Amino acid sequence: MTKERKMTITIPQDELMSSGHLACQGCGATLAMRYALKALGQKTILCIPACCWSVIDGPFPHSSLDVPIYHCAFETAASSASGVKAGLEMVGDQETIVMAWAGDGGTFDIGLQALSGAAERNEDIIYTCYDNEAYMNTGIQRSSATPLGAWTTTTPVKHYKNRPKKDLIGIMAAHRIPYIATASVAYPEDMVKKYKKAKEIKGTRFIHVYAPCPTGWKSRPDDTIKLARLAVQTGYFPLYEVENGEKWTLNLKIKERKPIVDYLKLQGRFRHLKEEEIVMIQREVDANWERLLKKCGI
Amino acid sequence: MKKVIMGNHALSYGAMLSRAQVIAAYPITPQTQVVELLSEMCADGTLNAKFIKVESEHSAMAACLGASLAGARTFTATSAQGLALMHEMLHWASGGRMPVVMGNINRAMAPGWSIWTDQNDSLSERDTGWIQFYCSSNQEVLDTVIQAFKVSEKLMIPSMVILDAFSLSHTYEVVEIPEQEKVDAFLPPFQPPYRLTPEDPHAFGGLTSPDHYMEFRYKLQKDIEKVPALVEETGREYEKMFGRYLGQVDDYLCEDAELVFVTSGTAGSTARVVVDELRNKGIKAGNLRIRLFRPFPFEKVRSILSRIPKVAVLDRNVSYGHHGIFYQEVKSAMYGQPSPAAIFGFIAGLGGRDITKDDYKEIANYALKKDKPEEEIVWIGVKK
Repeated sequence: MTKERKMTITIPQDELMSSGHLACQGCGATLAMRYALKALGQKTILCIPACCWSVIDGPFPHSSLDVPIYHCAFETAASSASGVKAGLEMVGDQETIVMAWAGDGGTFDIGLQALSGAAERNEDIIYTCYDNEAYMNTGIQRSSATPLGAWTTTTPVKHYKNRPKKDLIGIMAAHRIPYIATASVAYPEDMVKKYKKAKEIKGTRFIHVYAPCPTGWKSRPDDTIKLARLAVQTGYFPLYEVENGEKWTLNLKIKERKPIVDYLKLQGRFRHLKEEEIVMIQREVDANWERLLKKCGI
Repeated sequence: MKKVIMGNHALSYGAMLSRAQVIAAYPITPQTQVVELLSEMCADGTLNAKFIKVESEHSAMAACLGASLAGARTFTATSAQGLALMHEMLHWASGGRMPVVMGNINRAMAPGWSIWTDQNDSLSERDTGWIQFYCSSNQEVLDTVIQAFKVSEKLMIPSMVILDAFSLSHTYEVVEIPEQEKVDAFLPPFQPPYRLTPEDPHAFGGLTSPDHYMEFRYKLQKDIEKVPALVEETGREYEKMFGRYLGQVDDYLCEDAELVFVTSGTAGSTARVVVDELRNKGIKAGNLRIRLFRPFPFEKVRSILSRIPKVAVLDRNVSYGHHGIFYQEVKSAMYGQPSPAAIFGFIAGLGGRDITKDDYKEIANYALKKDKPEEEIVWIGVKK
């Protein structure tokens, strides 16, 4: 007699995203949306500014999502979501979750002012930044989320990005909003758990999702999960939470971080880097990691 | 109830009586009292609305649009630089068919910094698909806000209610504040045909191919063309309930006139006084104050001006490299009409310089003496 084996399913089986979307092969942003909606459920309204997702969803009159979407202006994800939430409450809907869903350009750069305003007011919204580290929808131009050393079409090999990625979590934490989390498409259980936790919290919740982009990173579409996992395992994109701007918690402790070169070498955008430049990037990752451990009290 | 209030507060009372549900605004001189009073009304419960105190005008309009799409009646107010910062979102409002009503205090654009009146701010937004009303008294401001909500929500097109900086915004006048029950009867709650709700999920404003885009814009144009008739109808309905009539234009003694001033805003009130004075001297003058500027009231303007020998258009604005904007619009409306009038274009009062009775008399002298304009633009009171 075979023993019955049971596995606990932590990721909801309901699908709010259908397969008829327009994403590139291996798109991390697509996985991010699928998991986020699984966690939040159908009573969710999205505000999507100009970003890959304004295309991925599908052209009028189609939509690949079974939730209402307001396609809003580039710099208005947070201000539009603030308005939607206020409008819903005034027409008697206190329940529906309003989520701004923006790329790194719409968050780190052009939408930062509106995001800071919404966070300072502690608007009752979830703000997701799915980060693919450049303006991918317009064809791979650098943003302030583009990492040190990366090639983009506006940071050519001869003049690659020579400044580190903006510390957005630091900026958001300084607003002392109730909840901030990082998440990765390589760790769906962790991501779903964080969205479910965010759903139960009132006020501004900010979730930073790491979303590899094979098209822009010049990586293999089937390496998306591997890259997202390596970003976590190297300590380049750690999984952690910040509550009320003060309580920092590292969710995935890594005993031995993998060298950053393992992550870099799978991507064409870093192909030009010389050994000493990789050493420089390793130092940057190490310093960020130490800073994070300190904040987490480790 | 009668109250002595400033023009800015007439906007606030208009929004309150219209039961605006979401207000998002950012302060700018000379608009601040509009939102200060609304903040107080929201805080003390006089108005049951959410006031989002945003960090810029761009976010103010963005938040209004989100709230409008969620099904709430929304109001904001701004001026000059603030309106210019909203520019992108103004297209969003009309393109997305979100019937926001906004007060705009006409203020000159910087540089140099000016807080005084002129129309280049709102007229720069002429082509954004908004309905534009230019007001000449505080009573008209209050009444227009209520009427604008009715017109906007019927056609799902946003409206701008425009008043001059200081000469109206900060000027106190007696204003009849209508009773709330009567306003409720005139203006029913906002019930948009579609809204953001999980019960009926739609994607609004998504990627629109050349196969569809043009039809959306065609429909916007077709609907905004319905505004002149709707403004008349709404004005008559309002008159029945409140005893005051406001139409597309305010024409004064134009019937038998040999010279008609075409004016807007508070400069239109001065023109009325000048018309009386000229008539006392035996000059048959008239005044056509344009209240509805967008859509342009072609039929109304044609029906009044086509019989007039001399038309003097006064602009408190300029389209650099062209003419005053009202002048352009009036000429365009009169093109090809059976009995064309001689139309003169004058520019006065930029950056808040007073437009005086003497200025109008200079305008009248010029227009009456000449068969046709001898200059592209006749500048009044400019130090050359």
